Amino acid sequence: MDEQYQDGNALAGPLSEVFAVDVTAATTHCASCSRTGPVATLRVYGQSPGLVARCPGCESVVLRLVRGPTSIWLDLRGTMHLEIPLADASD
Amino acid sequence: MTAPLRWRVAHLAAVRPETPSARTLVLQVPDWPGHLAGQHLDVRLTAEDGYTAQRSYSLAAPADGDRIELTVQRVIDGEVSPYLIDTFAVGNPVEVRGPVGGWFVWQPTQPDPVLLIAGGSGIVPLMAMVRARRAAGSRAPFRLIYSARTPAEVLYTAELHRPQPGDGGLDVRFVYTRQTASSRPPGRITAYDIASAGWPVDFRPRCFVCGPTGFVETVADILVGLGHDPRQVRTERFGPTGGPDG
Repeated sequence: MDEQYQDGNALAGPLSEVFAVDVTAATTHCASCSRTGPVATLRVYGQSPGLVARCPGCESVVLRLVRGPTSIWLDLRGTMHLEIPLADASD
Repeated sequence: MTAPLRWRVAHLAAVRPETPSARTLVLQVPDWPGHLAGQHLDVRLTAEDGYTAQRSYSLAAPADGDRIELTVQRVIDGEVSPYLIDTFAVGNPVEVRGPVGGWFVWQPTQPDPVLLIAGGSGIVPLMAMVRARRAAGSRAPFRLIYSARTPAEVLYTAELHRPQPGDGGLDVRFVYTRQTASSRPPGRITAYDIASAGWPVDFRPRCFVCGPTGFVETVADILVGLGHDPRQVRTERFGPTGGPDG
C-alpha cells in the first residue's frame, strides 16, 4: 500500500450527500480484523473511481463510495456495523 | 445537521495575504448555519466545459454571521489552489458545501487541557480552535506546537507571536525544520519537543494533530509512546502534496 492516502475525515463531505448525520464520527467495526474505531481514522484512497476506505489495522476495504451522474453506490460489506452517536458528535 | 447537505453559491468578500504562498479567503455564504472549530468546507470549481474539481478546506475561524474564512496554501501544479490564490477575485462566486466533519472538532464547552500540534498548513483547523477558544472566552488550557519549514512560512504569524486579548492560557512553541529563528537547531519535531512543550500525560489532554501524512504518523506515534491514551489523540492528514492534488 502506498502512502498516498488521506484519512476518513475526507469522507465527511461525500457522505453528507447521503446521510443526515455526520458519519465520520461514527465507530466502525472492521469485518476482516474486528478493529473498532472512528470512520475518521480509516485510510481513504481516492485514485480509483470513487473513494475507497481501508482499515488502518489490516488494510482491508471497509467502505467504498462511488458517485455516478444519477446515483451514489455505497458498499459497506467490509463493515460489520456502524455505531452512530445520536448527540452532536464530539466525544 | 438535520438533512443531507447541498451545494450552494458563496461569494468572495475579502482576501488577506498570509505568506507568499498562502492567502485567507473570506466567503459570504447566505444562511450559513454556523460550524465547530475543526470542521471543513468542500469547494467545487466548474470549468466552462463542465469539468469539475472538488477540494476540502478547513475553516480557519469561527463564523462571523454569514462570513466564513478559509486559508489556502498553494500546491505547485495543483488544480484548485492556484486558481483560488491567483485568479479568484472579490465578488466572484464559488460553489461550497458544508460544514462537514464531526470528529476532528473542539468545542468551547470542553474544559480539558488541549494540545495542538501542527505541521505546515495543518495549522489551519488548529488556529480555528485557538480562535474559537478566544471568541468563547474559554479558559481551557491550550498548548500549540507548530512545525514549519522556516519562520517566513508561518501562517498567522502576527496573531501567534503577539498574544491577543483572551489568549491567556495559550502557549505557543515553534519548531522549524529548515531554518530557524531560535536556539533550537533546525530539524523535524522530536519526542523531546513534544514532551517539553506539551502537557504531562497525567493531565490527560485532548490532542489534535494535523499536517501531512508522514508528520501526523510521526507525532501520533510519539504521543502514544509518551503514554498518551490513543483515544485522546485525534488526527487529520492531508496528502503528501498538501491536499488531495491541491
